[in-house]
Amino acid sequence: MREVLIPGVNSKKKQMCFDWGPGEMLVCETSFNKKEKSETEPGCPFIYIIRKDIDVYSQILRKLFNESHGIFVGLQRIEEELTGKSRKAQLVRVSKNYRSVIRACMEEMHQVAIAAKDPVSGRQFSSQVSILSAMELIWNLCEILFIEVAPAGPLLLHLLDWVRLHVCEVDSLLADVLGSENPSKHESFWKLVTILVLQGRLDEARQMLSKEADASPSSAGMCRILGDLMRTMPVLSPGNTQTLTELELKWQHWHEECERHLQDSTFAASPHLESLCKIMLGDEAALLEQKELLNNWYHFLVTRLLYSHPTVKPIDLHLYAQSSLDLFLGGESSPEPLDNILLAAFEFDIHQVIKECSIALSNWWFVAHLTDLLDHCKLLQSHNLYFGSNMREFLLLEYASGLFAHHSLWQLGVDYFDYCPELGRVSLELHIERIPLSTEQKALKVLRICEQRQMTEQVRSICKILAMKAVRNNRLGSALSWSIRAKDAAFATLVSDRFLKDYCERGSFSDLDLIDNLGPAMMLSDRLTFLGKYREFHRFYGEKRLTDAASLLLSLMTSQIAPRSFWVILLIDALPLLEEKEVVFSAEQTYELMRCLEDFASRRPVWREPGVQRLQEDVENTKLEMLRLALARNLGRAIIKEGSLEGS
Amino acid sequence: MEDIYAKFVSQKISKTRWRPVPPGSLQTADTFAAGSWDNEENYVSLWSIGDFGNLDSDGGFEGDHQLLCDIRHHGDVMDLQFFDQERIVAASSTGCVTVFLHHPNNQTLSVSQQWTTAHYHTGPGSPSCSSAPCTGVVCSNPEIVTVGEDGRINLFRVDHKEAVRTIDNADSSTLHAVTFLRTPEILTVNSIGQLKIWDFRKQGNEPSQILSLHPNQQHVVATGGQDGMLSIWDVRQGTMPVSLLKAHEAEMWEVHFHPSNPDHLFTCSEDGSLWHWDASTDVPEKSSLFNQGGRNSTFLSHSISNQANVHQSLISSWLSTDPAKDRIEITSLLPSRTLSVNSLDVLGPCLVCGTDSEAIYVTRQLFS
Repeated sequence: MREVLIPGVNSKKKQMCFDWGPGEMLVCETSFNKKEKSETEPGCPFIYIIRKDIDVYSQILRKLFNESHGIFVGLQRIEEELTGKSRKAQLVRVSKNYRSVIRACMEEMHQVAIAAKDPVSGRQFSSQVSILSAMELIWNLCEILFIEVAPAGPLLLHLLDWVRLHVCEVDSLLADVLGSENPSKHESFWKLVTILVLQGRLDEARQMLSKEADASPSSAGMCRILGDLMRTMPVLSPGNTQTLTELELKWQHWHEECERHLQDSTFAASPHLESLCKIMLGDEAALLEQKELLNNWYHFLVTRLLYSHPTVKPIDLHLYAQSSLDLFLGGESSPEPLDNILLAAFEFDIHQVIKECSIALSNWWFVAHLTDLLDHCKLLQSHNLYFGSNMREFLLLEYASGLFAHHSLWQLGVDYFDYCPELGRVSLELHIERIPLSTEQKALKVLRICEQRQMTEQVRSICKILAMKAVRNNRLGSALSWSIRAKDAAFATLVSDRFLKDYCERGSFSDLDLIDNLGPAMMLSDRLTFLGKYREFHRFYGEKRLTDAASLLLSLMTSQIAPRSFWVILLIDALPLLEEKEVVFSAEQTYELMRCLEDFASRRPVWREPGVQRLQEDVENTKLEMLRLALARNLGRAIIKEGSLEGS
Repeated sequence: MEDIYAKFVSQKISKTRWRPVPPGSLQTADTFAAGSWDNEENYVSLWSIGDFGNLDSDGGFEGDHQLLCDIRHHGDVMDLQFFDQERIVAASSTGCVTVFLHHPNNQTLSVSQQWTTAHYHTGPGSPSCSSAPCTGVVCSNPEIVTVGEDGRINLFRVDHKEAVRTIDNADSSTLHAVTFLRTPEILTVNSIGQLKIWDFRKQGNEPSQILSLHPNQQHVVATGGQDGMLSIWDVRQGTMPVSLLKAHEAEMWEVHFHPSNPDHLFTCSEDGSLWHWDASTDVPEKSSLFNQGGRNSTFLSHSISNQANVHQSLISSWLSTDPAKDRIEITSLLPSRTLSVNSLDVLGPCLVCGTDSEAIYVTRQLFS
């Protein structure tokens, strides 16, 4: 539970209302209690947005989201090719990729935390670094136990690497001590040697001991003996061909030798060397003395295993883990969430790990990606949640929905939805329509996404929104091209009507370049076809191809695709053709024209305003009279021309 | 094998441009500008590719590109161009055109000049000050030409407050890109795939017809389309593209001829790939991908690039009509497919590109 203080709100009044959004909450002050009329403004006129997931807005974490998106998509794509032995190696590589991305993010945030100018943000960054570090710790352990599935023997080596990776002061301390003039007299010398032994880095410990031997000859003998013990400790090296039983046997021998030295009080003279020997024997009390150097219970666990049960089997891990935790904490403190997660991992309870991580972390990123990877390792049974999808899909959907709430990262979310077989497509359809489209370029990207997935409804809806915007801004060409793209006949009709209306008002077309080049798109709607053809008629007339123009005009009128309101214009357009010196319309065509004219005259549209109607009617009547006269004259000429001999 | 360095920069990159090197100098490109989009706060930033003389242990230069400075930009960065060595012109989705000035001494950027209402909508339904995104900008000292979604072409001159010339309603649909053919002629491409040439010397607001140029010069224009097709046009002759090449699977956002090696063409696309087209004829065997095409009136063009200064005696291999003789080799330069590659720029042996996965890729060995 978190408390958020909203600036500017009068908390004494205790009057607020809120509403939930997909990733955020809107809050504002109200004044329901006020008895007086609302003449005064409410005290706080703002609406506040409270975001649940602040991580998404962090600059550095964005790199994490982007890089891991690339890895995620890559993993889904190679899924089909993953077979057999190489499968495990590939999956381990993917896991290491994820981890290196987390580490890179951690490094960068650490730099920023150090460089932070004010302590508050410095603290925030530092806490973020520790969260990332914990995430990497958990992921690494999951990789060792679940993905790599190391058997007994190599298991311990992996665990040693795991611990070494997460305790970084050792190297700096080593450099420090070695760099000093008299290493063995350095104040942290024994501390360093102890840490090296605790981490199983016996070669380096031996080197340090030899320095001590050189410095103080009295303990040279003891150092040499301890050094020999260190050298002869049997370890399973990766290329080694010895079996586990052989190793176990050798190790038993070596253990007994160490025990013997301790019994003989070989190291009694130097308490430091004695405690080192005890550690190497796996003595719990000696290890617990080094609590400060160990720093956490899992370090204690691994060291204990190294020196008492190096051939531990994976299934036995959880027993040692539980006892290590108890011993280390010693009843003083209770386990933290991280400890519980690690314990669950040692118990091989994947569901518990994921559940605890979901609770502990504020963002779905970690659990979504880890679960997806484990699912590829075929480790999650189809654990059906009550609304139908399985855990992997649930987590991916949650994560992707969170991405869509972000103004910029929505593009990543698309790919995540793609790989959710049950509810992914539906979720994407709902989300993608709600992305605000401020520029055409963004709209094109969104449309490309929809078209690639055959989401025709969404394409149509988005194109309609864009076309409507274009019409409002008087960009008729854009509007038309959007409606053509959406194959939206109704809208194309609307835009064509606008074009025609503009023509009626102005007497010329506004956007010839578009209309002239419609091509097959003309067939989308009747009105559009009419527009294209009408323009073609104008072109014919301009090019003096009069017979073509005439037959086109006639076909426009007879084919019924011309809107009623346009008929008078079409008829008037026939006038100049009729007045030409040559006879353009044949007798047949003239009869057709006359029929159209009478058809039109008998069914003239009704005008609303009576005053205007009078005037309009007069003008129209004059025009129609002129037309009738021209038609009659043309008829006469045509009959004569057709009646006379051909070729005259 | 080219070394290509990627860096994640926490913002989706819409444009990247190399800073031009002074003519006659032997320097290679070392600085580029990048603009972001789709953020609540967008930035125009300047990056350097680390030619500080730092040598790492192998004797090579540091690979990563470093941020020099950035400045907040209002609205998405729709287009970016270097006006000269110090000034960058940015076109915004709010219809504003800004000139930024770079101060090398203290590594900062500042706003030098701004035309806030360069592009706007006027219409019965739009409010009186409705802005329109400015989609393309091109510079040729001292002039700046901008085009926008309102179909308007503006000609600005630096240090003049108002536009020197405006052609309203130059196009009924959105103008997507503009380039200079020769000053004072520009070529624009609109969203229904038409190229128009405009001559600013003429007074009218109509595009000039295709001018007849000097017969020995060749003006080759390449356009990339919404369906990923690459078309090569010869501006001298005819209204059809000389060739249509099926290229990417999604919109091609930018097309660039290499400025000094015009036999090389670079395209980047929404499908997340960046291709290098090599039409140089010295290597004998290459696969032939030449395609003769007719007119395709339904493709929508997005970007144009103009091949300038071709030798008079050289016949451009792009215009050749013999598929057997001239072959084009295509290589994909990015190591893995990402989200859309929005922008690219080439200068000398260096290439920079920006993607929607919030990463900038730089390579310094294009022709190795």
